[in-house]
Amino acid sequence: MTTSTILDTSVELNDEGFFTNPEQWNESMVPELARRDGIDPVTDGHWTVIRFMRSEYLTKGSGPSVRMLGKTSGVSVKELYELFPKGPAKVAARIAGIPKPRGCI
Amino acid sequence: MTKRVVILGGGTGGTLAANRLRRATSFDEVEVVVVDQNNDHVYQPGLLFVPFGLADPHDIVRRRERQLHRGVSFVESAVERVDIQANEVHLGNGDTLAYDVLLIASGATLSLDETEGLTGPGWMERVFTFYELDGAVALQRALDGFDSGRLVVNVVDMPIKCPVAPLEFCFLADWYFRERGIREHVEILYVTPLDAAFTKPVAAERLTGMLADKNIGLITEFNTGEVDGARGALVAFDGREVPFDLAVVVPVHSGADYVGRSPGLGDALNFVETDEHTLQSKVAANVFVIGDAANVPTSKAGSVTHFEGDTVVDNIVRFLAGEVLLAGFDGHTNCFIETGFHKALLIDFNYDTEPLPGHYPAGVGLPLLKESRLNHLGKLMFQWFYWHVLLPGRDVPGLGADMPTAGKPTITTGKA
Repeated sequence: MTTSTILDTSVELNDEGFFTNPEQWNESMVPELARRDGIDPVTDGHWTVIRFMRSEYLTKGSGPSVRMLGKTSGVSVKELYELFPKGPAKVAARIAGIPKPRGCI
Repeated sequence: MTKRVVILGGGTGGTLAANRLRRATSFDEVEVVVVDQNNDHVYQPGLLFVPFGLADPHDIVRRRERQLHRGVSFVESAVERVDIQANEVHLGNGDTLAYDVLLIASGATLSLDETEGLTGPGWMERVFTFYELDGAVALQRALDGFDSGRLVVNVVDMPIKCPVAPLEFCFLADWYFRERGIREHVEILYVTPLDAAFTKPVAAERLTGMLADKNIGLITEFNTGEVDGARGALVAFDGREVPFDLAVVVPVHSGADYVGRSPGLGDALNFVETDEHTLQSKVAANVFVIGDAANVPTSKAGSVTHFEGDTVVDNIVRFLAGEVLLAGFDGHTNCFIETGFHKALLIDFNYDTEPLPGHYPAGVGLPLLKESRLNHLGKLMFQWFYWHVLLPGRDVPGLGADMPTAGKPTITTGKA
């Protein structure tokens, strides 16, 4: 676990860069978090996915998988990978300030 | 008045729950009806062995009806949809079946059409799956004629049934080609969407080591977008490609199709939202779920279904009596992992505890997280146990549904 400073606010991140305390997150941190994941600028498409991830986490307790995102977010899996080439569920979760989506086992 | 419990699915979960329920209730209290679209009960753990000629396809299929105890009715029909408002199942044969309690036991199905090209050119010629009987049989012929080249074993996306089976397939392929004396001419590659060989860290480390020892390549975080059978390549959504001569693909899984046709019953993948401890669905109080059909956060595996049996039957009986449900299920899973050369590994875990070394079910027992001949014999014997003990719903002394902690070090690693 590390403490990181984003826009003068200190936040707790785990080893993989996910928020351990999602309440420390707010939308103004998105551009900076996105830049750290190699995404700049943040487009409307990114925002749609980031907000969707956040609200799914708040209502269901876990962010959705890529396949679930493709079926429920209104953005197709192909487009999701265009927006987040390094892995939509993981990267969008990191930027949305939520824990890594629970891998199904 | 007699209450009717309708069970959708006559596989592992439906059969063992029907038999347990029949024993737990009298004929005038409860009528038990099992519905399935066909009468073939496949012993699914056997599918792994068919491609290597280690199991005869005829030996792993029996009639569903014959596994059900006296006093359980069997209806052979597809399900059109469930009306959870009216408490009715609309059957494919046009009949309607009213229920007091519904148990969803219809498992997971393969969604072949969700992956571009999977069933296109090359399907069942150089691209196979062993997750259903026809594919496993066809793959046996293909392996038989495979003398050199690259064999790729690919999991498209989670969740899948028996998440260790694709790894076991790799281990057995290594053994198979060594037995044939051509291992040096065959490259074996395991391609997974996960960031390691398995999701649970302690087991993943052990399994990754075993892949390396057996000279099986590992490609992680590969999200297959397309299977190009004509060219012989897996193509990931991020553009990476893995060429193959023979591909064994584990397709994405969904819940049963009728779940999708039933308003309010399933999620976007047709699995049913279920309380992970009581196994009551979250969609209606009189709908319960057992096995792969549920969206509970544990493996889709026969052992889970088996261990859920106790809780789900107990809670159906309690529900019918108007009593409070028990939060009995702890996520207990155990899997024999066949590693080839007549050896196997056993892992045992639950919602809160990772697979640990030690012994199962107690200090004296099968070794955990360690290859042994005893575990291989355990896996072979399991087929007898399945038909004669597990499906009839008999209790075995010393083998409860909860995960045992005796015989293991006391480490709790928290939620995975």
